[in-house]
Amino acid sequence: MLGLRRLAVAASVHRPVRRLSTMSPPTSPILSVQPTRGLVDEKLKVVVESLPPGSPVTLHSLHHSEDEDYWEAFGHYVSDFRGMVSVSEDLSFGGTYTGKEDMGLLWSMRPVPGSRKGLRLRKMNVCSPMLHNISVYSGHVSEGFREQTPLTSVLVERWYMAPGVKRIDIMEKGVRGTLFIPPGPGPFPGLLDMWGGGGGLIEYRSALLASHGYVSLAMDYFNSQELESADLEFKYFETAFNIIKEHPQVIPDRVGMFGLSLGSLVTMHVAAESTIVKPRCCICVSGSHFYPRDRTIKEVIMEPRSNSHRLRIDENNHHVWRDMWIHLLDDPSKKVDVGKINCPILLVNGKDDQNVPADECAEDIALLMNAAGNGHLLSRVLYPDTGHLIEPPYSPHFRASNFKAAGVATKTVMLLWGGQTKPHSDAQEDAWRKILSFLQHNLYSSTPPRAKL
Amino acid sequence: MDRKRCTLKLLVQPSRGLVDEMFIILVQKAPSGFQLTVHALHKCEDGHSWEAFGHYTADTIGTVNVSEDPSLGGTYSGVEQMGLLWSLRPVPGSKPGLRLRKMNVQIPMEVTISVYQGHQTEGFMDQVPLASVVVERWYMAPGVSRIPITEDRLSATLFLPPGPGPFPGLLDLWGGGGQLVEYRASLLASHGIASLALDYLTAKIIMETGKMVDLQYFEKAYKILEQHPQVHGSSIGMLGLSLGTSITLKMAVYSEVMKLRCAVCISGCHMQPVDGSVEEILKYFNQNADRTRISEENELIWRDVLLPVPSDLAFKVDMGRLKCPLLVVVGEDDQNWPASESAMDMKEMMEQAGNSHLLTVLSYPNAGHLIEPPYTPHARASLFRSMATREKMMALWGGETAAHSLAQEDAWRKLLVFLRENLYSGTNPGTPSLSHL
Repeated sequence: MLGLRRLAVAASVHRPVRRLSTMSPPTSPILSVQPTRGLVDEKLKVVVESLPPGSPVTLHSLHHSEDEDYWEAFGHYVSDFRGMVSVSEDLSFGGTYTGKEDMGLLWSMRPVPGSRKGLRLRKMNVCSPMLHNISVYSGHVSEGFREQTPLTSVLVERWYMAPGVKRIDIMEKGVRGTLFIPPGPGPFPGLLDMWGGGGGLIEYRSALLASHGYVSLAMDYFNSQELESADLEFKYFETAFNIIKEHPQVIPDRVGMFGLSLGSLVTMHVAAESTIVKPRCCICVSGSHFYPRDRTIKEVIMEPRSNSHRLRIDENNHHVWRDMWIHLLDDPSKKVDVGKINCPILLVNGKDDQNVPADECAEDIALLMNAAGNGHLLSRVLYPDTGHLIEPPYSPHFRASNFKAAGVATKTVMLLWGGQTKPHSDAQEDAWRKILSFLQHNLYSSTPPRAKL
Repeated sequence: MDRKRCTLKLLVQPSRGLVDEMFIILVQKAPSGFQLTVHALHKCEDGHSWEAFGHYTADTIGTVNVSEDPSLGGTYSGVEQMGLLWSLRPVPGSKPGLRLRKMNVQIPMEVTISVYQGHQTEGFMDQVPLASVVVERWYMAPGVSRIPITEDRLSATLFLPPGPGPFPGLLDLWGGGGQLVEYRASLLASHGIASLALDYLTAKIIMETGKMVDLQYFEKAYKILEQHPQVHGSSIGMLGLSLGTSITLKMAVYSEVMKLRCAVCISGCHMQPVDGSVEEILKYFNQNADRTRISEENELIWRDVLLPVPSDLAFKVDMGRLKCPLLVVVGEDDQNWPASESAMDMKEMMEQAGNSHLLTVLSYPNAGHLIEPPYTPHARASLFRSMATREKMMALWGGETAAHSLAQEDAWRKLLVFLRENLYSGTNPGTPSLSHL
């Protein structure tokens, strides 16, 4: 009897949902996602209940980006004897991720079939959340999600800004950027946050850092259009650093620098060469230290143009830049004098970085710093199968994407970043934890700063 | 403490939650044994400021965890994870008789949680805290749609959960203060139940015609739910508080149109003229208005107006005819309605009729009349404009704050389980997880 009844319940779950006129109440499963409104680096707890026992279901996440593309991720599960699926405890048997992956529905997202190529997911407006539709589908589904009605779904908000974080446009002394201030009286430590060669004003990491208690200035340090006429100098970064340092809510001797890619290079250069700016600590993600001493920053940014003969194009027509700089390793005059850095510095790199030879650079930096006697200030982490774009945790990974490099010929190319999705996502999660603890030690702690994590 | 070197960290998780979710408040890196006050401040929609605070002492590693450590004093004491919300009260100097209610559910309540040095009890606004964060408390989960309903001359708002549906439905009625109060319906929709908040005392149609609504008004509301493409027509329940209970019981027992799957009655009574319209019910209540008492603090105690429970069957709903499960929630210190006495009489009637297996009574000692969603600040008395008398007066609701707050938490959890059990299929194994509540 029980077996028959179970079969009947299972059958109704697999039938397409429509308005039922029978007397029995709905048998739809109950999906709960906690939190429904969270910060982007918070974990999600996804639980489905009231499923028939031993029932195959698909958990699906859908995101409609600011660029109007659709991104999705999904995992195949089987409910247990209580009719429950818990994403943090159960295995996914297939989909865009497999195994026990509590955050797989976010980091394994990819553009839906039929999307434009070379997409990259980045939130530009941080004052609104990213919206994800998390749904439960009957059976193990791999495509055609839009043509089916899910059994149930919830909407989840993911925020880069915690409540109370203030966002302030900065247009001061020639510096353009956005300042994010944590809630509360302060004073707080500060961070100068710099991105890579794509330029533009990218705010999300700063917003997230402010949500963790750091006054952060996201810098717009060059704009492709303006590059030709821009007078980009060393002074620009020193001025920006001082804007943070002099802010009434910032502790003046607790200001650090955080860079990714080109931003890392600038960070190292300023930390080594500036007589005005003394960062308390530096974080350099996916950066090289190739900075020809006789060049300006602007010229360094335009570097790819003059090295285009070293550019490699792989079998997928992706541009690979990593080898363009290797020859610079042997020439000290082409590298930042890292021996002059006198604050703790954390290097975060991916071994499969196809844009910058991160591995070789980190090794070389260590050698140079040890030789100079400041090697005790250096910490580095190198993640296997991880690419160039080491972003905040749970951000989707893209091995390659469209890139319009400032300075290169104006066409957009497909740039190879590298990394394999699962290890790259693990690296993002681990790196962020290490970054936050490094910042906590060096900018918040009352003990002397130290490099070791 | 040197503010420039202050390393004290304050963390509240989640920073954006539903109003019925618990939060964790953690203070870290305070000096060992440090005395501090954790303070909550909220500015309500009417512009009044509300505050709550607890006194704590940091342990040897400088941590205070509000969900594990006892408050040594303040507006609450003992280990009270949510004390900073339910013990909120108007700041000193506020006008008397205030009650905290959210009217715009589309934006969250913002609460500022701060840490102050020492065990303080006043003057918070004149000091700079050591740290503070902002917490959002929402009555609407993401994806819940809010749909104003005006067809059939109803004044109502429908809240639909996110997802394809179909969903069970619920009619949500408040009491004698009238207005279109949405927050409970939006919260229930956040839990998967399509909920219709209905104004039946100050609705547009009443303002325009000068007449009270008839019983068909409620049946029209029911039909709106029943016919909605995303509502499961045979899974509709009804929930009423205070006067809303009177309507709920009347419709549950007597309506030919409404086929309710279950009903919930909070702080209400079954005493009313059995064949009475809304107007006649209100007249019946007014009959014995001379039985109202005034407390020492000049508050109106209304509960005796409906006592004693009549033995005349013409003046109480025939509970023996009820055919659906009923959850009755009462506060034993209810000074506004004799809900306890009514619950006892309902139970007797149903036992005699043989349908008492449908009845569940939750009776809370020292809880008052206004049994609201969890962590809603307790109002023992407040200014109230009764639609029956059209006068504004200070009504005594009753209840002792800590016990009343506990009752709200417990009642809500049990209410959700009751609704889920009765509005969803009862054949599913396992109870739904509400562990985050």
